[in-house]
Amino acid sequence: MTPLRCLMGFVMLLAVQLADAGPKIERWQTPSGARVLFVESHSLPILDVQVDFAAGTAREAEGKAGSAALTHALLDLGVPGMDETQIASRLADLGAKLSGGVDMDRASVALRTLSMVDKRGPALDLLRQILAQPLFPNDAFERERARTVAALKEALTRPDAIASKAFWAATYGAHPYARQATPESVGALERSDLIDFHARNYCAQRATIAIVGDLSRAEAEVLAADLSLAMPAGKPAEALAEPVLPSGGERRIAHPAAQAHLLLGLPTIRRGDPEFFPLLVGNYSLGGGGFVSRLMKEVRDKRGLAYSVQSYFHPLGQLGPFQIGMQTKKEQADEALRVTREVLATFLGQGPSEAELLAAKQNLIGSFPLRLDSNRKILENVALIGFYDLPLDYLDRYQENIERVTVERVRAAFSRVLRPGQMVTVVVGGE
Amino acid sequence: MTMRYARMIPLLLILALSGPAVAETYEHRLANGLRVIVKEDRRAPTAVHMVWYRVGSMDETNGSTGVAHVLEHMMFKGTPSVGPGEFNRRVAAAGGRDNAFTSRDYTAYFQQVPKERLPEMMQLEADRMRHLTLDEREFSQEIRVVMEERRLRTEDQPQALLFERLSAMAFQSHPYRAPIIGWMSDLESMTVADARHWYERWYAPNNAYVIVVGDVEHQAVFRLAEQHYGQLPARESGSTKPQVEPAQAGLRRLVVKAPAELPIVMMAYKVPVIRDLERDIDPYALEMLSAVLAGHDAARLSRNLVRQQRLAVDAAASYDSTSRGPGLFYLYGSPSEGKTRAEFEAGMRAELARVQNDGVAADELARAKAQLIAAQIYKLDSMFAQAMEIGQLESVGIAHAQHRRMIDKLQAVTAEQVQGVARKYFVDDVLTVGELEPQPLPRSPRPRSPFVGRH
Repeated sequence: MTPLRCLMGFVMLLAVQLADAGPKIERWQTPSGARVLFVESHSLPILDVQVDFAAGTAREAEGKAGSAALTHALLDLGVPGMDETQIASRLADLGAKLSGGVDMDRASVALRTLSMVDKRGPALDLLRQILAQPLFPNDAFERERARTVAALKEALTRPDAIASKAFWAATYGAHPYARQATPESVGALERSDLIDFHARNYCAQRATIAIVGDLSRAEAEVLAADLSLAMPAGKPAEALAEPVLPSGGERRIAHPAAQAHLLLGLPTIRRGDPEFFPLLVGNYSLGGGGFVSRLMKEVRDKRGLAYSVQSYFHPLGQLGPFQIGMQTKKEQADEALRVTREVLATFLGQGPSEAELLAAKQNLIGSFPLRLDSNRKILENVALIGFYDLPLDYLDRYQENIERVTVERVRAAFSRVLRPGQMVTVVVGGE
Repeated sequence: MTMRYARMIPLLLILALSGPAVAETYEHRLANGLRVIVKEDRRAPTAVHMVWYRVGSMDETNGSTGVAHVLEHMMFKGTPSVGPGEFNRRVAAAGGRDNAFTSRDYTAYFQQVPKERLPEMMQLEADRMRHLTLDEREFSQEIRVVMEERRLRTEDQPQALLFERLSAMAFQSHPYRAPIIGWMSDLESMTVADARHWYERWYAPNNAYVIVVGDVEHQAVFRLAEQHYGQLPARESGSTKPQVEPAQAGLRRLVVKAPAELPIVMMAYKVPVIRDLERDIDPYALEMLSAVLAGHDAARLSRNLVRQQRLAVDAAASYDSTSRGPGLFYLYGSPSEGKTRAEFEAGMRAELARVQNDGVAADELARAKAQLIAAQIYKLDSMFAQAMEIGQLESVGIAHAQHRRMIDKLQAVTAEQVQGVARKYFVDDVLTVGELEPQPLPRSPRPRSPFVGRH
């Protein structure tokens, strides 16, 4: 294909693709200060509600590592008038499902329920109690603490978990993002630590409520107001300090596994940073684009060194990490590391080729509809926009922002945030 | 309580199936035997395209285990008109995502794309259905990747390792005894000729079916399929000998040692699977038993073993009523600190005995059915999940249109039938128990070198 034809094809593709808009998102604030985002969709009798609190591990008190996850785990294990069995049975009777998780910034609780009034009503009543009135019963607390300790001890035998913990510790040093629960820190937690953590962080001012599905705007307003009224108003979360960048270095940890686990990276950008787009587009060519990235070609296709190798940027409220990760037979860990560093150095020096840039844009722009083709996916996106206070037209302008990226912008953004001298390497296992 | 649910279930079904997003399913058979199944779902301008081959690891023979999966990898390594790696590049350029998976029963390939890119996907899949290159050099690289995959997913994963060895003991004759990814020794000795033989034997339009779910019009999809797949000739396709597993007569037990902290106990009982959708009763009752034991956080195993007795850190059950080969009902989990594997196993057995002796309560069964119905509705939120459901049923010989009947049959299961299957099948003579005996790491992990700055 001649370059001209290739370019023409691309222009035509854009003419079609850029017309895609995101779903219509409505945003408001409840009287008690919770932010609400709503997408109305009546095509299925389903309602999804996700509540995100600024209650991630970065909000744990000094010496209380593990309290964020344990607080989250205890939420649905007892509310006034119902014990854990009654709560889980009621949800199952309704066909409703609770899910969620905790990361550095966020504690999320998501409810999926059928949208008929006799289903969603009781399910939402339960959600409200779970968020605002958890009892943290002592026996459930002791049991879940013991289970968490057991799971942490198990994780400490796994090379992937060991590598991940070592990576965060080495890249974030004294910053709250470096905080890792250990069997000892969780074993030392008291029930009162959870009650304190909940009281401080699970409040309306720190909550974002994302609602997607079979509900009217008026009903969504009532839903959000009810949810947030049940919570204490509280105070907005304070901003986290900016992490101090590491000074590079390599950490090797012995392990008997057949494969070595390799991680390389450093803190890079915040959520909402406009350079996210050049970094996203560039990373597609480097190691994000599934089977077509440079790392995949060099490490897997040409040399058969690994089953999977990838890189990504994970923006957070504060500078989140860039990370390259792979696993390889331990005897060839050093070769894989050498190849990876060469690929990275070349990419930092030259940026993507024009052809790579084009391929990255084609995929990232063309696949935009796939990011939003279910209520579940819309919910994930809307919750993210709400929690990180991204512009309401973030999805509408997503393709346009990608289209504007140039090779020069990729190179400039990469050289700003990826300083090889500050990059940390962790190898678990290996020779 | 129970009555309320009994009335509500048909109502829910009607709501689910008559909403504005009704997903209609259509089928067409090409002259070469390829079946095309289309489900229209117009909620978003995307489509999922899948090609399923009726061949999986259970069709392999000794010494060549893993070849079905290796061939799956090689399917991305080029044809005369689409070079190595080009398949992935073209899907990516179309804004698509693609991958493939190999199971014991089938091998399937899929792409998720903006709907207007569907024709290209069909062109690509039709091309590699007949014209795969199978280059020797590509093979020698890719087999190394597969060995890394085995290390990653099995050798360094204690639970996967235990499952692999348990399967090899529970089945002595049936090919379900071999792992899907293959034994390492078989991978080491595999050649490109093995992969080519597999491809020639099984990859033909008459041994495949295509599934498209998305914002498409079924007649247009049938025309596209005719255009791209229609030109491929039907060919004689392989067959696999029955290799019926002899009846087990006596408990089997094995221990696997691996670096870990928590022990694992996995109990596998031989049970039937659906062979006659209308006449069978037991597989449906077993599905409901699985839901009563482990379908939600307050289901019996979690409530009794984890929460009340604190005997287990985790306790779960798993059963799939649809498969080409014989069925197993699994009970597994990890004992709490201070509890032994034997105590965990005794706790599991006590839970089975309670069902055998006292049956299950009406509200437990109603709860399992309510969840089942809700799950059917939630599935409609994912085109991929809808395509998978069709594909998996068809892979075991159940027409996708029969799915509604299966749900009806599940809804009709009684408490007596659940108790009946618990008594009939959960006996030691058909039980295999696998235990993971944790081994300490050679000294608990600590830095081999101090953390040093590098400037």
